[in-house]
Amino acid sequence: MKEFGGPAFFIDRNDINTDEIIPAKYLTEITKRALQPHLLEDLILEGKEFDTTAEDFQQAKVLVTRSNFGCGSSREHAVWALEVNDINVVIGESFARIFRQNMFNCGILAIELAMTDLDGLFALGRNNDTVTVKIDLEENLVTAENSKDERIECSFTMNPFDKELVGAGGWLAYADKKF
Amino acid sequence: MGKTIAEKIFAAHLRDTPTPDNMVLDIDVIMCHEITTPIAIMDLVDKGMDRVFDPDKIKAVIDHVTPPKDSKTATQAKIMRDWARRHKIKDFFDIGRNGVCHALFPEKGFIRPGNTVIMGDSHTCTHGAFGAFAAGVGTTDLEVGILKGVCAFRKPESMKIEVTGVLPAGVYAKDIILHIIKTLTVNGATDMVIEFCGPVVAAMNMSSRMTLCNMSVEAGATSGLCLPDRTTAEYLWPFIRDDYDSPAAAAEDFKKWHSDEDAVYGQTLTIDVSDLEPQVTFDYKPDRVKNISELAGAKIDQVYIGSCTNGRIEDIREAASILKGRKVADTVRGILTPATPAIYSRALEEGLIKIFMDAGFCVLNPTCGACLGMSSGVLAEGETCASTTNRNFNGRMGKGGMVHLMSPLSAAAAAVTGEITDPRPMMES
Repeated sequence: MKEFGGPAFFIDRNDINTDEIIPAKYLTEITKRALQPHLLEDLILEGKEFDTTAEDFQQAKVLVTRSNFGCGSSREHAVWALEVNDINVVIGESFARIFRQNMFNCGILAIELAMTDLDGLFALGRNNDTVTVKIDLEENLVTAENSKDERIECSFTMNPFDKELVGAGGWLAYADKKF
Repeated sequence: MGKTIAEKIFAAHLRDTPTPDNMVLDIDVIMCHEITTPIAIMDLVDKGMDRVFDPDKIKAVIDHVTPPKDSKTATQAKIMRDWARRHKIKDFFDIGRNGVCHALFPEKGFIRPGNTVIMGDSHTCTHGAFGAFAAGVGTTDLEVGILKGVCAFRKPESMKIEVTGVLPAGVYAKDIILHIIKTLTVNGATDMVIEFCGPVVAAMNMSSRMTLCNMSVEAGATSGLCLPDRTTAEYLWPFIRDDYDSPAAAAEDFKKWHSDEDAVYGQTLTIDVSDLEPQVTFDYKPDRVKNISELAGAKIDQVYIGSCTNGRIEDIREAASILKGRKVADTVRGILTPATPAIYSRALEEGLIKIFMDAGFCVLNPTCGACLGMSSGVLAEGETCASTTNRNFNGRMGKGGMVHLMSPLSAAAAAVTGEITDPRPMMES
C-alpha cells in the first residue's frame, strides 16, 4: 500500500468548501495536472488572502483542518488539486459526505480525529514549528512530531470498505474487479 | 421493524453490502453534464474501457456553461457530445435543446418513485422530490456508474422533517428550506437522508418539492425526498399513462414506497411555518439565514433569477407578479434565466418575458451560468447579488462578491428597490 504522511499544514477553520479548495473557473480544465497551481487559491482566512506560495504549504503532504471539510459542490477536482500537490492525507474532525467519498474513491485518506486529539495536533504546530505526520493504516494511528520533539499519538477509526478502496487503488479498480 | 422510504429504495436496489455501514446499489438513472463527465470519459478511453453499461439509463446535457464561452468549455461540450453519439445515448441534450439538468430531466419524465439516481453534481438531490433516492457524486463514482451501473454509499440514516401549519402569503418553499438549513446547520444532516413530509409538503406542487429537496445538500444531507402521491402521478402522467389506468391508480401504486408506520428515524423535526417570514442569507454559508426584515435596506448590485433551485415557470410567475408595471432600479441590473427551453417558451406564451424585459431585465438562455460564477452574470469584487440560487460561499458568484439567497418573489422586490426588500407589501392584493 502507498505511503501516507509527511510535513503537515494547518488550516484552523471549519466548513472549508470545495469552491475554496478549487475555484469554479478551473473546472474547465480537462487534466488533473492543470489544477496544480490553483489549490486553495481564493481562500480568505481571517480576512486575509491565503498565501499559496508559502514554503510550508508548498512542502505539505498532510492537511490538518477542522469540521465539515470539503462541503458544497461535489467537484472531485478538489481532491485532484490536493493529489497533484502531493497531499494525500487530510485530517479533520469531520468531512462533507461527497468529498470524503471522493477522497477514498481516489485512494487517498480523509481521517477523522476526536476534537481533543485534533486540538493536540494543532497545538504541535502552534509556533509555526514544522510538524511531521505518520499514518499507520494497520494500527489506525496518527503519529505527529514537531521540531521541538513534542509528540502526539492518536487513534482513529476507518471504515473497512474505505480502507479496501485505498488498498485497491481506488473505487474504479475495486469495482472493475468486483462487478 | 418497518422501513423508511429511503430504506425501501435501498433494499430494492441492493447489489452488495461490503460492511453493515456500506451498500452498493444498482442505479436506474445516471445523469451527466459537461463539467464533471469529460474527465471520466477520457479516463475510460485511456484505460481501454470506453463503453457504457446501458445507454438508455444515461442522460446527458450541456448546461453549466452554455453556449460555450471559450475553447476550454467548447472542448468539454465536444467531449461529451462525441461520447454520447458514439454510445448511442439518445437522451443527450445539445445547445438549443438543453436546460439546467435538474430542471430539464424532471420535465422529460426521467425519474420515477423508487428510482436510484446519481449525477456528478451536488444538487442531484433535487430529484428526491419524486420519491427517488437521488444523490450527487464525484467523477470517479460517475465513471463507475457509467461503466457498471452501480454506486457505493455509506448507508445514511433517515431524518424526518414534518412541515406543518399554514404557509403565509408571500412565503415559499425556498424560505422553508433556508429556515430548515439554518435550524440544522451546514453539517446537521451529514450522512442522512431527509424525508420532507407533513401537510405543507403534501400541498406543494412538484416545483416547490424540487426546491426543498434541491437544497437538502446544503445541510450536509446525502439526499432529500418527498413521498410520491397524486401530485407526483399527475406530473408524471404523460410518461406513465401506459403503465396505469389513471393518475389515481398510479398514486395508489406509489404508496408501496411510503415509509412504514413503525419505521425508525435517526432524528425527527417538526417545523410550523405559520409565522415564517421570507428568509435571506447573509455572510458566506447557507445556514446563515435571517428574516428578510432584519436585512431590509442592504444595497444590491445585481438580481439573478434562475437555477435548478428556482428557475421554473412557477418561480418566474412569482417574480413577474412583482415586476409587472414596475422597473428595475437604476442602481441594479436584473438577470433572468429560465431553466429550460420549455419553461422559456411557456414564459413567452404567458407574457412573462415581456414583463421582465419591460422592467429592464436581461433575459438569458437556460444555463447554470452565474450560479457558480462561471459565466452569464459574474460579480465584480465588492458587488452584491440578490439571487434565487443555492450557495452563498465567499466568491461563489465571482471573486470578492457577496450573494444573498432568497425566493424569486424577494429577488424581484430587490430588483425594483435596489435593496433587500420584504416583497409582501408589493404583492397584488
